[in-house]
Amino acid sequence: MTAYIIRRLLQTVIVLFALSFITYGLMGLMPGDPLDIACAANPRCTPENLDLMKKQLGLDRPIYERYGKWIFAFVQGDLGYSRTYRQPVTTILLPRLLNTMILGATVILVSLLIAIPIGVLTSLKANSKFDYIVNFFAFSGISAPSFWLGLMLIIVFSVFFKWLPAGGVETIGVEATQGTWAYLLDRAKYLVLPTATLASLTIAGWIRYTRASMLETMRLDFIRTARAKGLAWHHVVTRHGLRNALLPVVTVVALEFPRIASGAVITETVFSYQGVGKLMFDSIIGNDFNVAMCSFIITACMVLVMNLVADICYAYLDPRISFK
Amino acid sequence: MATSTKTFENDDFEQPSGHVQSMFQIVLGRFMEHRLALVGLFIIGFFCLVAIGADLIAQMTGLDPSAQDILSRYGPWSRENWLGIDEAGRDVFIRLVYGTRISLMVAFVSAGASMLIGIVVGTVAGYYGGFIDHALMRLTDSLLALPILPILIILAAIDISKLPLLSELLKGEDSSVIKMILIFIVFSWMVQARLVRSAVLAIREQEFILSAKISGESSFGIIVREMLPNVLSPVIVSVTLNVGQAILFEAALSFLGLGIQPPTPSWGNMLNNALEVIYNAPSQVIIPGFLIFLVVVSFNFLGDGLQDALDPKAIRR
Repeated sequence: MTAYIIRRLLQTVIVLFALSFITYGLMGLMPGDPLDIACAANPRCTPENLDLMKKQLGLDRPIYERYGKWIFAFVQGDLGYSRTYRQPVTTILLPRLLNTMILGATVILVSLLIAIPIGVLTSLKANSKFDYIVNFFAFSGISAPSFWLGLMLIIVFSVFFKWLPAGGVETIGVEATQGTWAYLLDRAKYLVLPTATLASLTIAGWIRYTRASMLETMRLDFIRTARAKGLAWHHVVTRHGLRNALLPVVTVVALEFPRIASGAVITETVFSYQGVGKLMFDSIIGNDFNVAMCSFIITACMVLVMNLVADICYAYLDPRISFK
Repeated sequence: MATSTKTFENDDFEQPSGHVQSMFQIVLGRFMEHRLALVGLFIIGFFCLVAIGADLIAQMTGLDPSAQDILSRYGPWSRENWLGIDEAGRDVFIRLVYGTRISLMVAFVSAGASMLIGIVVGTVAGYYGGFIDHALMRLTDSLLALPILPILIILAAIDISKLPLLSELLKGEDSSVIKMILIFIVFSWMVQARLVRSAVLAIREQEFILSAKISGESSFGIIVREMLPNVLSPVIVSVTLNVGQAILFEAALSFLGLGIQPPTPSWGNMLNNALEVIYNAPSQVIIPGFLIFLVVVSFNFLGDGLQDALDPKAIRR
């Protein structure tokens, strides 16, 4: 087991380095070199000046040397400086990271509370009308493009009913004027629509998974034994069925974190929710290489680490998995 | 429950009495039982016809997807412009028709090509084993672990025509379409490769493969004639689901403004400035997205139906 974890850890680190190297190289292919833009804006800038500037900034060095320098600073916590925000990247990134984590945690919590009870219910009433209706909605949830779903929610709840804000993170000045509770309530209001958008996909997937897992478990012998010895039906379901059926669901839940972290890019952009995903998108559009690179690596890190956690959970929970 | 049990018994008892069903008939019969998959197939067929006949529709209605009439921006639904006019003064209906063509083509081509790559990688890894298998599967696992959407966004944002090999391929006005297809192919073959590999591993040691080897068939012959027919059904199901995924990804990237570039219409890039249009003309936000949803849900139902029909071990409901 320890050897398995160490090997997977090593593999994750290698993938992370390879990925960061490739993206570092690809970033240079983005249209609009910052130096070229700066030079084009200044009539006194000659090609010789440009070459001199590139030399001074070390941009004439080969790519692996520049990458080595960059990754060395990155690992030490020096993420560089943002060109568009004119702030150190760390200052911009940390609050954004917190926002994304709040969104992700809310999505997971809401999805768990909705998906597992419904999944269990559909498995107990398999092939009933209720089962078919839920199945239909689950398929819809998987198939709806998340940005479109977000737009529909905005049309209904913000444009038509005007109940909820269409985008953003908070109303400016609420904390200062109305106190902490009003502030939290205000934040929650802004969370509703992005959460609903992201959760619909998660809920749909988890319902199908819980249902399948539960159906399989309830067919096993120990359930028949439990019923035969006269246990109450709800005891059989919750203590014997659900407990066993939820084991594989745990890993699916763990696997959902990375999907939310990477799927949040679109949802955050639709709702202008100031998270890492929106930061990444904005910085790519705005040619802010440092910010784009750092937010991408942070997202990739989250995804790879959560994948690792899911794999270890799975290996730990299911002794049949071989660690080779 | 009651009705399905009944038909199951009927099938069982009818067969011995003379008439024997072919494999195809059995699969077809099971597929027909899945109502939603049938509906999905019908919807997909309809949109394929629209995509193929886009030019014909343009001729019949006399509309042009790139003709602009800037004075009638955001025009309402009318007899000439069935679904109104967009922000650049173009007819929405005919753009949807041509968008169908682009969106479906990107999805079909990339799913088809990634299926071929997946089959090649999977069979080679499973059949030869050893170092090749190990190297290919490490690559597959590494690619599968990546955060796919952020990577697609970065790849879509950069100018990959600066790469030496691709500069020839990515010329002309359709370069964004080819670029999308290339990106999707690179990142969607992994699941198929794993499916094929595990299927090949499962049958590699069976007698019919051994007999083919003894009778002197080449490795290539064994892979193509003996193994492929046996691994095809899980691949078909996953390709169907892949087409839906590709449509979703293309739409998402085009929505962000990084995918298919205007003036070429696609369902996704018609939603590109949706956040501005949302107050003026909500129907222009609702309709393209709904078409995406309709087609993707159809592919998912079709995949589900095929899964039920093709898998002999599937639990009959």
